[in-house]
Amino acid sequence: MNTAPLAKLGMISADVNLVLAGLIGFGFGFMLERAGFGSAIRLTGQWYGKDWSVFRVMFTAIVTAMFGIIALDSMNLMATEQLYINKTFLYPQIIGGLLMGGGFAIGGYCPGTSFVGLATGKLDAIFYISGLMFGAFLFAEGWPLLEQFSTAGAMGTITLPELFGWSPWLVGAVVLLIAVVGTLGANYLEKKLA
Amino acid sequence: MENIEIKQQPYWPNILAGIGLGLVLLLAYYVAGRGLGGSGALARASAGLAHLLAPEHTEGLTYYSRYFENGKVDFNDWLVFQLFGVFLGGLFGAVTAGRFGKAVDKGKRITNGQRFFFATIGGILMGWGARLAKGCTSGQALSGGATLAVGSWAFMLALFAGGFITAFFVRRLWI
Repeated sequence: MNTAPLAKLGMISADVNLVLAGLIGFGFGFMLERAGFGSAIRLTGQWYGKDWSVFRVMFTAIVTAMFGIIALDSMNLMATEQLYINKTFLYPQIIGGLLMGGGFAIGGYCPGTSFVGLATGKLDAIFYISGLMFGAFLFAEGWPLLEQFSTAGAMGTITLPELFGWSPWLVGAVVLLIAVVGTLGANYLEKKLA
Repeated sequence: MENIEIKQQPYWPNILAGIGLGLVLLLAYYVAGRGLGGSGALARASAGLAHLLAPEHTEGLTYYSRYFENGKVDFNDWLVFQLFGVFLGGLFGAVTAGRFGKAVDKGKRITNGQRFFFATIGGILMGWGARLAKGCTSGQALSGGATLAVGSWAFMLALFAGGFITAFFVRRLWI
């Protein structure tokens, strides 16, 4: 019988779930720090092709968690239909992604890593985090103009296996292939540009 | 204190840090049924700060109503606790690796003041965009990527495209 996700199936209380959120966040912050992602110099190395750590770490993490979820599902150890899957709103996600890539290249961090930067003692991270909050405030101010666009290209909760009609294992294998080929390409480019 | 200062350790290899990060993400799904997030708690915090400074105006902002509970911004939230943990985990990681210290991360050709200005601009773009895209690198790219959400993969491609294109124009900031 499925016992996970623990909080969704009543295995743990809401309070315990919040405490575990703190512990999970601790692990998240620790791993980001060990990856070197508390440094804007290291993070932005990605955008000049000199240091592909962002790509490699991110894809390794995605592949690890993805196969973990698929495996737990196929062994009936986790009720994956209970997982929160991001809904697809194609256009705001693409426009938002482009702007955020710009914000990353200009500001040097993404939101999660800026907190690790702050924890590491980076003064620039304080300004970046203030900017993040101000940006969210500007969005709230502009919401009446944005509300309609924010759901443009709505496709609901849809995953790549559903879109292509493939099994999750097959899509997983393709993601793994992209990660491996991407890593080999990244290693080659790094050597060439270093 | 100087004599017990920890010698700076190298970063972990990408694959090790990546597997560690992936296992933490898997644990989040196993425990809470949801992924990780970076920007959500900060948007909530921006609502709290705005409410402190201009209560009536902020209560009138429809977008912020999702963060309110009984007339106050509700900080009893999974992402808030998680982000607090991120800070502590980052601090623990930096201290135990001998990497903790006051610093400004920037390219050699700009001043600290310029770096602070552009860090703020970049943060505003990221914070604004993250509300539009309903998540950031953690919530969309990492968590949505691992759960194979269609829109999150489109987001990820757009994020990398935006990063590479913009970086071309802001080379001076970093190189």
